[in-house]
Amino acid sequence: MSESIQDRVIAIIAEQAVLEPGDVSLDQTLEDLGIDSLGLVESIFAIEEAFDISVPFNANDPSESDFDISSVAAIIQAVQGLVADQAA
Amino acid sequence: MKRIVITGQGTINALGRDVPETLEAMREGRCGISDLEFQDVERLSIRIGAQVKGYEPEETFNRQQIALYDRFTQFTLIAARQAITQSGLTFSGELATRSGVVLGTSGGGMNTLDENYRSVYEDGKNRVHPFVVPKLMNNAAASHVSMEWNLKGPSFTVATACASSNHAMGQAMQMIRAGMADVMVTGGAEAMLCFGGIKAWEGLRVMSRDACRPFSANRNGMVQGEGSAMFVFEEYEHAKARGADILAEVVGFAMTSDAADIVMPSKQGASRAIAGAMRDACMNPEEVCYINAHGTGTAANDKTECAAVADAFGHHADELMISSTKSMHGHLIGGTGAVELLACIMALRDGVIAPTIGYEDPDPECALDVVPNVARDVKIDAVLSNAFAFGGLNAVLALRAH
Repeated sequence: MSESIQDRVIAIIAEQAVLEPGDVSLDQTLEDLGIDSLGLVESIFAIEEAFDISVPFNANDPSESDFDISSVAAIIQAVQGLVADQAA
Repeated sequence: MKRIVITGQGTINALGRDVPETLEAMREGRCGISDLEFQDVERLSIRIGAQVKGYEPEETFNRQQIALYDRFTQFTLIAARQAITQSGLTFSGELATRSGVVLGTSGGGMNTLDENYRSVYEDGKNRVHPFVVPKLMNNAAASHVSMEWNLKGPSFTVATACASSNHAMGQAMQMIRAGMADVMVTGGAEAMLCFGGIKAWEGLRVMSRDACRPFSANRNGMVQGEGSAMFVFEEYEHAKARGADILAEVVGFAMTSDAADIVMPSKQGASRAIAGAMRDACMNPEEVCYINAHGTGTAANDKTECAAVADAFGHHADELMISSTKSMHGHLIGGTGAVELLACIMALRDGVIAPTIGYEDPDPECALDVVPNVARDVKIDAVLSNAFAFGGLNAVLALRAH
């Protein structure tokens, strides 16, 4: 299950970055991938829709939101946490 | 070139049902933001706004009028009545043909759209009221003002998102300046506080869930408001000849486009608009004592705006006062510049600078005198009013005391 969350998040990010999923690596930041603030908000929307979760994110202060967007791996981990919370 | 003065002002917004109530709230630093009340609000994650509470259209309008007037039109008509009544003008004969209306609004009849989409999509109805189109159209309010007051000259609506009012008032000013009109009724209105209106904004993730704290380090987004402010702009000689009470003079206006990003603001675009308004007004930067900021309370706007002011004013940026009254009346989107002009006129006429309330922590990226939390008594002669819209469209007005 967690494998598939990772693949699905990467697919969403890759689509936003106009890249193949294979070209997205876990240690990259959104900035590395060329995703700007609008692209980020759009990615979060796509994640919410894909997993039917609500992501706590305020664009005014991304660093203080409860959702870590510092790297692709961090985003995947945060989504896994939210999906687990929802299942619990 | 003709000179332009303001001879009437009117408003309805979360702070008051007229200008005196609104200015009293601004002087006292009162907050008009509270829990939103409308259908389906429980399905929103953003549930605060500066709403005109306890408003009953039936107190002002009859049944036929309510069937035709969206909430934004009602607000516009209420504000315009106050403004025109104060001016003492009546429009007939040649003056009627030389007078018009330019209104700023972004959403137009948003409540009408929302109610009727709900009706056909959610409730599955196949029939809508015959007046849906004339009620929701963006120019409805301007047209109803023209009809109510017999204004037969140039009339239209300007929609540039958050800068709509300033662009509208700038147009009105330029028409009088160029000799196209003698009197222009102008300002802005917005009534976007409905389920669809807020739901759309939620998506962008720039709204605060708790408060509007412009320039404060702990700011976390904008809070929407609603209402209208309207003004009578009049050619100076015309106003003088009839012995009108002149509230202030509109001396400059400039507009620029960032040509850069659909949502992120640009220091250069904003700075060029500020400098342009001063140039148009033949105003030295050192003369400007107060700026009513765009000051939305978002991370991006406030730091960019402060940088733009520093850029346009140099060392004088540290001498002037700049406050965001959105902390009190919320962000009226297309109507915001009009309500904010009330604060500018209060500064010029009464020597009272409206505060930025909700200010808690200094932000080194907004290191200007933002008049935190408490109004200030200062006699001043020249002000600017900033508006910087999504889409990178900037409009700045310059006013002088008269």
